[in-house]
Amino acid sequence: MSAISLSGVAKTFRTSGSSDVAALDDISLEVRSGEFVSLIGPSGCGKSTLLRVIADLLPPTTGTVLVNGASAHQARLARTYGMVFQAATLFEWRTVAANIELPLEIMGMPRAERRGRARDMLDLVGLADFAEHHPWQLSGGMQQRVAIARALSFRPAVLLMDEPFGALDEMTRERMQSELLRIWKETATTIVFVTHSIPEAVFLSSRVVVMSARPGRIADIVDVDLAQPRGVDTRADPAFFSLVTKVRESLRTIEVDP
Amino acid sequence: MRAANWRTVAPAVVVFAVVLVGWEVGVRVAQVQSFILPAPTAIAAAVVEQWPTLSAAARGTFGGALAGLTVGAALAAAAAGAAARWSGFRAGAMPLAVAANSMPIIVLAPVANAWFGLVSPVGTVVVVAVLVFFPFMINMVKGLLSASAAHHELMATYAATRRNVLWRVQVPAALPFVFSALKIATPLAVIGAIVKEYFGGPQDRLGQYITSRAGLFQFDEAWAAIVVASTFGIFLYLLILLAERRVIGWHASLRTTN
Repeated sequence: MSAISLSGVAKTFRTSGSSDVAALDDISLEVRSGEFVSLIGPSGCGKSTLLRVIADLLPPTTGTVLVNGASAHQARLARTYGMVFQAATLFEWRTVAANIELPLEIMGMPRAERRGRARDMLDLVGLADFAEHHPWQLSGGMQQRVAIARALSFRPAVLLMDEPFGALDEMTRERMQSELLRIWKETATTIVFVTHSIPEAVFLSSRVVVMSARPGRIADIVDVDLAQPRGVDTRADPAFFSLVTKVRESLRTIEVDP
Repeated sequence: MRAANWRTVAPAVVVFAVVLVGWEVGVRVAQVQSFILPAPTAIAAAVVEQWPTLSAAARGTFGGALAGLTVGAALAAAAAGAAARWSGFRAGAMPLAVAANSMPIIVLAPVANAWFGLVSPVGTVVVVAVLVFFPFMINMVKGLLSASAAHHELMATYAATRRNVLWRVQVPAALPFVFSALKIATPLAVIGAIVKEYFGGPQDRLGQYITSRAGLFQFDEAWAAIVVASTFGIFLYLLILLAERRVIGWHASLRTTN
């Protein structure tokens, strides 16, 4: 069964003026359970909007979103989604461990169990020694790892990531990508990942969804059949380069012929 | 740490001492009349001599100020909660609050006597409460609305209740604003209580003490009351700084590490 099933999804933003903005148009997409799908496209192609529609943070204007057979709304209320943004959006008044525990608190998990879960999550992202630090005492990459740990703390079936590594330097970024793949393997979470970076999309994904702008449409879907597990060698693999080229050409076609 | 602390306060202590000595010497050398400016030693002597009367008066005045501060803050918290919750109420109430905040509300002090009777302590509490209500409310509304959209989206993915969002996100985010309000409102409360008493109220209060002693040309005693009021104001301010460090040590303005 598809984990996420989009059919005919469109989103139009009503602006205060007379002109409405069509952000998404006729998006249909099936994401299999346990799959890693990236959304890539030029600015304004609505990839972040699509992520929010899937997460039930924005209602679609038309079309349906099903997540494990239920509506996106039901899925959100059933805590199906973990969400990670470009900014770590940690709560500065909470320690690292307390940030990870926040969703668990809201979901009513007993304290002792929460503590244990936070420890497990910190182990998972390699920050076991930083449990009692405050967010501002961590580097950007570490903060983002805390955000990932927090998003996964309640074991959501779907992890939605909106340019999570966009603000990181290249070295940190590549390390985080490998970390994320390892975490994906360990948790078997379905991941939808929004990015601007072609190599990032290819390196991480099992499929790359190329979107065109205004209105956002799916222009192409590139299957990435690179062997798992992926690592440093993958980035030097000719197959990796040819896939990067393929995605790049796909994006270029959009720009030439919108 | 202690040595460093001493080094930071030393300049202030030295300046304070120089001002006091200069004042004493100046008054003596120029033979300034005591009704214009009494010498610090004369004021100190009056504080000691008048202590039983002064301390009783101060208890009444400061009690009224603190009661008014508490009532005003509590009412402001309720109003701010409503304003943050209902945008309609906010749109209606905030312009009024901002306008009222720029009004010198203390000018109502004489009127309070007409409302509550000349000797009722309620008048002071009401004047102070009205005086501090607006800075509290404006800051609290700003604080409650200060959490980012991403934080709210995050809470939505946890399917958090409104109450959870209020207590776990909005209220902690508002705390720095509450401390800003406290720093403005506390001196206002002391000023408000004393000025209100200038126009009437129970006889054993600092405001009445100051006006009656000034009327009798006992200016060192009037000054003694001023010193007591100032000392209390400084004490309250330090108390707030201390509490701030404890409660919102995580806030950017107070971070001591990194």
